Amino acid sequence: MNIQRTLALVGKELKRLTREPANLFMAIIFPLVLTAAFGFSFGAIGGSESKYNIAFVDHDNTQWASMLHSSLTQVPVLNLQDYSDPVKATDDLSQGLLSAVITIPEGFGLSIDSYKLNPNNPKQWLNSTIGLSVDKGSMVASAAIPPLIQQILSTVVTGKQSEATSPVKLADPTFVTAEKISQFSYMAPGMFAYAAIFLLMLVAQVMVGEREDGLLRRISVTPTTVGDIFASQIVSNLIIGAVQTLIIYLASTLLGFHPLGGASGIAVAFIAVMLMSLCSVGLGLIVASIAKNAGTATGISFVLILPLMLLGSFVPAPEYIARLVPSWYLTHALTSIFIRGASISSPAVISDIGTLAAVSILLVVLGVLIYRRFGNR
Amino acid sequence: MNAIEIEALTKRFDQKVAVDNLTLTIQAGELFGLLGPNGAGKSVTIKTLCGIIKPTSGTARVGGYDIVNEMEAIHKIIGVCPQEPAYYPYLSGRENIQLFGRLQNMPDTKLRERTAQLVEALSFAEEADRRASKYSGGMIRRVSLAMALINDPEIAFLDEPTVAMDPQSRHATWDLIRGLKSNGKTVILTSHYIEEVEALADRVGIIDHGKLIALDTPQGLREQYKASNLEDVFIALTGRRIREEAVQ
Repeated sequence: MNIQRTLALVGKELKRLTREPANLFMAIIFPLVLTAAFGFSFGAIGGSESKYNIAFVDHDNTQWASMLHSSLTQVPVLNLQDYSDPVKATDDLSQGLLSAVITIPEGFGLSIDSYKLNPNNPKQWLNSTIGLSVDKGSMVASAAIPPLIQQILSTVVTGKQSEATSPVKLADPTFVTAEKISQFSYMAPGMFAYAAIFLLMLVAQVMVGEREDGLLRRISVTPTTVGDIFASQIVSNLIIGAVQTLIIYLASTLLGFHPLGGASGIAVAFIAVMLMSLCSVGLGLIVASIAKNAGTATGISFVLILPLMLLGSFVPAPEYIARLVPSWYLTHALTSIFIRGASISSPAVISDIGTLAAVSILLVVLGVLIYRRFGNR
Repeated sequence: MNAIEIEALTKRFDQKVAVDNLTLTIQAGELFGLLGPNGAGKSVTIKTLCGIIKPTSGTARVGGYDIVNEMEAIHKIIGVCPQEPAYYPYLSGRENIQLFGRLQNMPDTKLRERTAQLVEALSFAEEADRRASKYSGGMIRRVSLAMALINDPEIAFLDEPTVAMDPQSRHATWDLIRGLKSNGKTVILTSHYIEEVEALADRVGIIDHGKLIALDTPQGLREQYKASNLEDVFIALTGRRIREEAVQ
């Protein structure tokens, strides 16, 4: 790879972005409009309070219940309140004073003890179920609180953030009414994924368009190598991805999104979006290898973009399917950092970003190999 | 010294033979005209010599480098003006030219000087900073030619460089091509304007159905075929073939 040639091609790509209205719209205007539209539509829903009031009803009173209490207290979006009377807690929940009620049953501590003694022998476990009542009238509360509680419960019981087999179950959430956090805040991490996904189409259209116009052929009779061309695509799209990230971050912040995680969280989120952009470059190269013209490239791009969007951004989808698309890992990592306030070194965040990095590198390598094999036919 | 040496070069596309056992030598500093009807194999020959397509069999050397194994070295010494002018419409003419200079690793100062020189020689200095999407067909041709010559190549392949140009631009282009020759560059020129080749070329090769059917100086060809101009020679050689095919 030659730096001067690669930079010359990067400069050319960035001029294309700023001078061709269609590309400018797709890469910059579209994410901005999307963020603004969702921000205005959903930003007001749920009010401005950024915390959930959660009642903690403890019928167990063991050290394990205290540990769970302590863990829940550390979650920035949860405001834990102790209730000794479950009726009063339910009453407050029904009046919208609480977002959820967690009820720790008697025997909770014994269940964990039985698990700790025989972690690999479920026959020896004593089962217990934690009660959970949530405001079902709020899409955000009902969607966000149960997985959050489940994650913390799993950490306390098994030491793992992911849901693992254990004797302690979280009951299916039930009823009530409380909306205290902006719905848009839950969508914002998906916005970052959304924008990066569309780079796929840009890459495919550029590569196919230049092939159709004879430009790649013309470049091929200069000392420019295929590596220079691929490197320029990667670098220019990472720059576009960075600009998109900045625009979405600023726009969503202006519209009421207040991400947790601080500067380090934002830095890691930025890296995660770059990885997703890389993923899109790889997929774009694969599309460009298959498509014979720009129209076909657009069509095939949409076939890939739709599942990436619907399964891996802000649209709720079953996790076992959503995990099949790389954008899910980006959204999940950003949600952990920005919404749950997870540390950037937490296993969940590291696992998501690690998976995304591995998939990105794999897709770029695959994209380059497939394009070299089939892209110039 | 030979700039180009072609030995039994053949290129097949499935059953069609585009270049058929072509053997040809072009000397350094020569301005060589390659003529032939549409589909005769001129462009395929040039594309093969430039590394765009690989030969089926035979060998060729460009600037002393083998076209199969040493294409990287060849790309540093050649300039190619393709038949269809490929350019970036969202860049200005000057930016298009300079992009190709940068792809040749030219230093900035030299790149600016050479760009100014070409823009002046091809008479589009006033238009050079407008977007190429606003250019006429003739202007695009001039930009395309400048893109090919930005690195001051030792060997220039010019495939129909003056198509769609007005007479003034065409003459400016001819002067530029003559300038290349006077600077010792080798030029391989294809054109449908036979008088253009006749006026510029030191030697002319006529190719038809992938085979080289005539090779000499323009004057030599006129004498050999007792014709008053090269166009008559061309028609006598390639027109007969078309008539024979029509009868069959």
